[in-house]
This record gives sequence, structure tokens and C-alpha cells, in this order.
Amino acid sequence: MDMKLWVNLAYIIAAIAFIFGLKMLSSARTARRGNLISALGMLLAIIVTLLQKDIISYEWIILGVVVGGIIGASSARLVAMTAMPQMVAVFNGFGGIASLLVGWSEYHNYLGIISWGALLPIYLAVIIGGITFTGSLVAYGKLSGRITGRPILFSGQRLVNALFLLLIIVAGVFYIGKLEPQYTYWIFFSALGLSLLIGVMAVIPIGGADMPVVIALLNSYSGLAACAAGFVILNNVLIVAGALVGASGIILTKIMCKAMNRSLANVLFSGFGAVKAKQDSSQQQGEAKPISIEDCYYILEAAQSVIIAPGYGMAVAQAQHVVRELGDLLTANGAEVRYAIHPVAGRMPGHMNVLLAEANVDYDQLSTPDDVNPTMDAVDVCVVIGANDVVNPAARDDENSPIYGMPIIDVDRARSVIVLKRSMAAGFAGIDNLLFFADNTRMLFGDAKSSVAGLVAEFKSVN
Amino acid sequence: METSVILLLFILVLAIFLGFELISKVPSTLHTPLMSGSNAISGITIVGALTAAGAAQYVNGWESIALGTLAVIFATINVVGGYLVTDRMLKMFKHHKSQQEK
Repeated sequence: MDMKLWVNLAYIIAAIAFIFGLKMLSSARTARRGNLISALGMLLAIIVTLLQKDIISYEWIILGVVVGGIIGASSARLVAMTAMPQMVAVFNGFGGIASLLVGWSEYHNYLGIISWGALLPIYLAVIIGGITFTGSLVAYGKLSGRITGRPILFSGQRLVNALFLLLIIVAGVFYIGKLEPQYTYWIFFSALGLSLLIGVMAVIPIGGADMPVVIALLNSYSGLAACAAGFVILNNVLIVAGALVGASGIILTKIMCKAMNRSLANVLFSGFGAVKAKQDSSQQQGEAKPISIEDCYYILEAAQSVIIAPGYGMAVAQAQHVVRELGDLLTANGAEVRYAIHPVAGRMPGHMNVLLAEANVDYDQLSTPDDVNPTMDAVDVCVVIGANDVVNPAARDDENSPIYGMPIIDVDRARSVIVLKRSMAAGFAGIDNLLFFADNTRMLFGDAKSSVAGLVAEFKSVN
Repeated sequence: METSVILLLFILVLAIFLGFELISKVPSTLHTPLMSGSNAISGITIVGALTAAGAAQYVNGWESIALGTLAVIFATINVVGGYLVTDRMLKMFKHHKSQQEK
């Protein structure tokens, strides 16, 4: 029987495994098994590829798999949950450069004898892979704090970017138009270099709090790069898997943009958060009312229902474990405790959920704004931990606010609100938060972790 | 050749629609594992990398070997790291109450 046929059948099974894997991710109960099934599909695809007769020697493959396997496994095992956003960014970038290298090697190996129909996908795999690679590395730098989280802007930035894009298209036309091979290689190199530059330029103007959008978008690119690589080697499983990932990244990007009520173009090009929005002095109403840990304890002690709304500040303070402890004590005290998590809280989609799950918070307690907002009026206390823009009532009430229209967690409608915050500094959007001045709000200043630990100690000293 | 490309494009379009359908159903709680899990799937490019590295020696000099091997290294990091880290995360999402009831 023809080997090729068996190999292709195996690829179809692998594709089915990916599809089921993703489908099972839609519920926490089946998600882990889904991931396993998807991994088995990958293993199957790898094994049948190795059995094909195009593969003549194994020594370089073994070297690559051993080196890559050790690096991948050890970093996956060692990474701290708080460092997850940058880890995801790096892995994503590696997927991008792998597709780039696949395209490049195909180009190199068949220099001069490839038709234009094959040159186009090579070109796409290389430039999308290149953009994904450097874009993800910059995102990594921003998320790990090696590069400033503020947008990096300079005058004429858009012009420069437009020029780069134009150049890369021109290079593509010349490259596919096929001059002599020695020239096309130079054009190929310039296009490769340009794609790496574009990746950097695309991500530097984007601020830290917009990172969830960027990560999701880069995720989509890595899928598209794999898809293009699939057209290079005419392989259906790469195309199916790449398209699934590409679609998944695009959907996530859309969800993130919707959660901020901003268009993708606004997120990518506006340099949001670079300048402090102009403050209208008439907007200042009253003053913030600080509260001590002890008084805070009395409020919480009497509460029947509590909502905890975490933000990036909780991740920075690494407070998720004490927060869970506080939540458990409140539950033991007879209160109903829920965690309200905004889709864009933190630095990547679902960031807060991962941290709280790491701290052993029950999956059923993790809620979305849509879950908690309708019953907010009946909530006794909302504890806001290191979140700012996602609980800013201006998004609902002030039409002139830059974040107007963004869906928020309506914590201000709860009977009382306790905001844990380092200082009165504005959030990422650079705008004042009237929540801090509201009559039912008390401010608990200080490091989130030590404040929550103080509350936990109060609870424990009484019981 | 041409018909096979058309066929692949056809597969591409269907797969994109399928992807949209599948992902829309994932709750926001699981968005991070979804991202890292789908990221691991995009490591499927390893299939291309293996072919490149396995045939490299006999094609076009040391550059072929270097490109193929590097492609395998990066794709393997992506696949192995991606799946393991996703599993590590998903292991943490638990229903404590329902487990106690059982």
C-alpha cells in the first residue's frame, strides 16, 4: 500500500485531535484531557512525518528535538505563574521563527528551481514568521519589565511604518518576479530583515495594559505563519492547524477589543496611555477617605456577600495566595464570596483567572462582569485589589472620558467598596477614577499583599 | 499542482470557519490556557522543520543543515513547552465543591 496515503490519513487524525482538543477547552472539566488529546495528535503527526522516505538522515533531527525538548520542558516546568504572560509570548515567537526557518530552508534548498506558486507561500511564511518573532520578543520585554511598559512613540512613526510596509510589498513583487537567483537572495534577505523590523515597530507603540490584545493578535499570526508554511510544503495538517490557531487568535483579539470598547486600529496605532489625559479640574469631587486595616476588617466581618475584583496590581504584588486565604476566611464567616474578573484585567487574556486558580480558588467562584453586575446592588462589600480602569464608573457615565463605553465591573453600585491601592496615582489610561472619591468608597493604601495579609491576620486573631 | 493548491485553499477556508466556531465557546476564564494551548498547536510547523532537517544534508551545503536544525529546535520548544505549560495551568483549574460531593 502506498505510504503517502497512510501518512495523510494519520495527518487527518492529527487534525481531528486538534479540533477536539480545542472543543474540549470550552469547559474546565474537559480542558485538561483536551490538551492531552491535542498533544497526542501532535505526536502522531511528528511520528508519521519521521517515517516518510523524504527523511534521509536523523542525526540533525535528534539534535534539534533533544535541545528543543530540554529547553521547552524545563522552561515550562520552571516558569512562575506570575511570569506566564511573557512565557506565552516567547513560545509564540519561537513558533513564528520556526515557520520562518521552514520557509527559508525550502527557499535555500530549491534555489532557482521553484515556481512562483511556491515562492509566494515561502515569502508569506517568512515575513509573517519574522513579524511574529520580533513582535513577540518585544512583547516579552514589555511584559517582563525589561522594556518600559509605556508606549514608545516618536514623530513620523506612522510614516516610517507605512514606508516599511510599502518596501516589503515591493520586495515581494521583485522576489516573486524572479530575477537571477543571486539577486533574489538579496531581495529575500531584505524582506526578511524588514519583517523583523516591522515586528518591533508594531509592538513598541503599544502600552502595557493593551498587551492582552497584542498577545492574542501575535498568537493569531503564529498560526497564520504555520498555515503559510503548510502551503510551502503542501501539507494539509499544517494548514488546518494553522488556520485553527489563526482563527482562535483573531476571535480572542476581537473579544479583548470589545472588552475595552476600542477598535483594533485604536489599540495598535493610537499609543493609548502615553500621555496623561487632560484633567478637568471641575471633575474633582470631594476627597478620598482612607481606612485602617482594623476598620476594614469590621466592614468585611459584617458582610453577607463579598465581591473581590482583582487587577494587574494583584499580579504585581503577587497577592493571589493571601487573597484566596481572605476569601476562604470570609466564606467560613458565612459570606458569599465571588471573584469578578474583567476580561482585560492583567496583561494577557485570562491572566487573573490563572493566578487565582494557582492559589487554589474554586473554579465556580471565578465570575465575569456579566455574572456579577446584575446583582451588584445586593452586594455588601466590593474589594478592589490593584484594579483601576476596569472599575472606573467614568466608562459608564462620562461621555468625554477616553474609556467611555468600556464595559466595567460596577463595583460602585455595591453598598460599600474597599479599594486596595498603593497611592492615588492614575491607572493605565491616565485618568482620574471617581470611584475613589465616592461616598461608599474607602481607600486602603499600601502594598496589596501586606494589606490583605493584615486583614487575614485580623480574622485569625478573632477566631 | 494547481488543483491541489485549490484543494488546500478550500481546506483553509473551512478550517478558519471551524476555528471561529470552536473558540467562540471558550469561557473567558480559560483564555490563557486557550492561548498557550493553541500556541502549542501552531508548533505543527515542526512537521515542515523535520522534513527540512531530515533531507538537509543532501541538499545544499551547511546552510541547509543549520536552517533545518534551528527550525526543529524552535518548533520543538514551541510544541513541548506549549503543551506542558498548558497542562500545568489546566491542572490548577478545579471544582473543589463538586470534588467533595463525589
